[in-house]
Amino acid sequence: MSNIYRAFENGKAFIPFITCGDPDLDTTERVVLEAVKNGADLIELGIPFSDPTAEGPVIQGANVRALRGGATTDRIFSLVRRIRQHTDTPMVFMTYANVVFSYGPDRFIGSCRDMGIDGLILPDLPYEEKDEFLPECHEHGVDLISFIAPTSENRIAMIAGEAEGFLYIVSSLGVTGQRNEIKTDIASIVKTVRENTDIPCAVGFGISAPEQAKRMASLSDGAIVGSAIIRIIEEYGKDSPSHVGEYVRQMKEAVMSAD
Amino acid sequence: MTNPAGRFGNHGGQYIPETLMNAVIELEEAYNRYRDDPGFKKELETLFNEYAGRPSRLYFAEKMTEDLGGAKIYLKREDLNHTGAHKINNVLGQALLAKKMGKTRLIAETGAGQHGVATATAAALMGMECVVFMGEEDTVRQALNVYRMKLLGAEVVPVRSGTATLKDAVSEAMREWTSRISDTHYCLGSVMGPHPFPTIVRDFQSVISREIKEEMLKKEGRLPDAVLACVGGGSNAIGSFYNFIDDREVRLIGCEAAGRGVDTFETAATIATGRPGIFHGMKSYFCQDEFGQIAPVYSISAGLDYPGIGPEHAWLHDTKRAEYVAVTDEEAVSAFEYLARTEGIIPAIESAHAVAHAIKIAPDMDKDRIIVITLSGRGDKDCAAIARYRGEDIHE
Repeated sequence: MSNIYRAFENGKAFIPFITCGDPDLDTTERVVLEAVKNGADLIELGIPFSDPTAEGPVIQGANVRALRGGATTDRIFSLVRRIRQHTDTPMVFMTYANVVFSYGPDRFIGSCRDMGIDGLILPDLPYEEKDEFLPECHEHGVDLISFIAPTSENRIAMIAGEAEGFLYIVSSLGVTGQRNEIKTDIASIVKTVRENTDIPCAVGFGISAPEQAKRMASLSDGAIVGSAIIRIIEEYGKDSPSHVGEYVRQMKEAVMSAD
Repeated sequence: MTNPAGRFGNHGGQYIPETLMNAVIELEEAYNRYRDDPGFKKELETLFNEYAGRPSRLYFAEKMTEDLGGAKIYLKREDLNHTGAHKINNVLGQALLAKKMGKTRLIAETGAGQHGVATATAAALMGMECVVFMGEEDTVRQALNVYRMKLLGAEVVPVRSGTATLKDAVSEAMREWTSRISDTHYCLGSVMGPHPFPTIVRDFQSVISREIKEEMLKKEGRLPDAVLACVGGGSNAIGSFYNFIDDREVRLIGCEAAGRGVDTFETAATIATGRPGIFHGMKSYFCQDEFGQIAPVYSISAGLDYPGIGPEHAWLHDTKRAEYVAVTDEEAVSAFEYLARTEGIIPAIESAHAVAHAIKIAPDMDKDRIIVITLSGRGDKDCAAIARYRGEDIHE
């Protein structure tokens, strides 16, 4: 078991997603530390991929900027080592299966353990294919995070029963990105999850406003926000750390009020 | 050949977001229910024969054979199908299946536009809504096909992300599918993507090799020595190979697009330059950099301009049952012109890659040897681009 459980020990969790290297790796380092300082409980660090098929336009844009800026898996590993000197807040990588596969699963996941990465989120690795990396994850004590989607239905019990770290509940159909309204019956998904596991679950996709985060956190153990943070970084670039920090502070406050 | 998880050796699988899992499971269940259903098979056969114009001809290319002075050359004329390419075989099958599943809307990706046109055609025929995703660069290269799709009632969405070509069109179609599943079937155009697509598309395309075999036995009383087809994702190639896989004496040769050459970055030859990876729902070979970022590939042919290859081809390559060769833009364009002059047949620039390889190997083969080249499509759509390649600007 990794340190992920600690992210859910400070009341409802707020989990920001940040694409590494957007607009550059130094800015990412400062953004992460500002997010931690302002109450982020778990950091989802995105390793950019050329063809992020689960992402909407905003995070696609971050991937393009990061790769253009020269972010590579090795450089991101160095970044994480630098960040780890300043914080012990749990961190997970979010990327695509090919990034791990091409690096060599054992080499990639072993490096995760060495640098203090607690988990791996791979949107193109469903339950049926998790054995691709699960042996290495177990060997190195890195949690392989599972998704539950609005379409999972009869699959929820099966997925939850074997889940580790935390469960990522996808709020809506479609790709990542802001939405005005989340219509999925999160409460009934969480109910089924609870019947099958004790591990925490957090809701992501489409959350941007504090009110939405509060509502999602009231139905689960936390809220995950990506696109809204990427937009701040896109707007303010190198000056974004303080803006992201302020946003994280508001969002953490909102999810805490859901308790 | 394929185990229950949709594997071809190590390749294949279902590397897709959880949101789509129940959709592909539902598709697999429906396919298993209908694939051997006599009513479904009859309905599809009627569509193939009465609507698409099957069986397609196996034509003895006598002048080409004489000119090259070696093996006897036959052309499998998929270019004569309705809509002008092999794509219609798969599309009619999938559209009929989607209809049985109660879907009312088809979405598709397209490169050269042939699959998009075929999907728009089937949607029109079956009274379904249709949205086609096409790389913006390809909408320019293949403007005529964009018009055809619109004429057939489809909406064409230009894709601007990434390299704005076929792979980005696939990504965008997958994104669209995750946002609207209940009434929508993703009519994938090649033997790629997550299981069960590589199997479904192969089965619907395998009519090509079934017909080649029957006709060859009738005409020559024997099997061919080699079957050649171009490979992007690989649907016409797998269709041409499938019924010969167990006939070990028949050489199966897939012709990839080398673009400006396999030693340049401007290539789309996946077997020649790629390595194993996981992308677009499948494990297979992909053109990629050292960190697994998918490479921006290039070919003069929009239909072969894809950084991966179907998982069954990857397996046929691993087991050495099929050979994969790379053919450059220049060789393909020369073959395009050659076939036009020699046989009075203008092949699709995709298919011209297979013709080019036949031109290379036929002269060294004995006269009692037989080669079949699958002409996957007709070349009308390519005339403006080829003219441009030769320095002549024509307006369609």
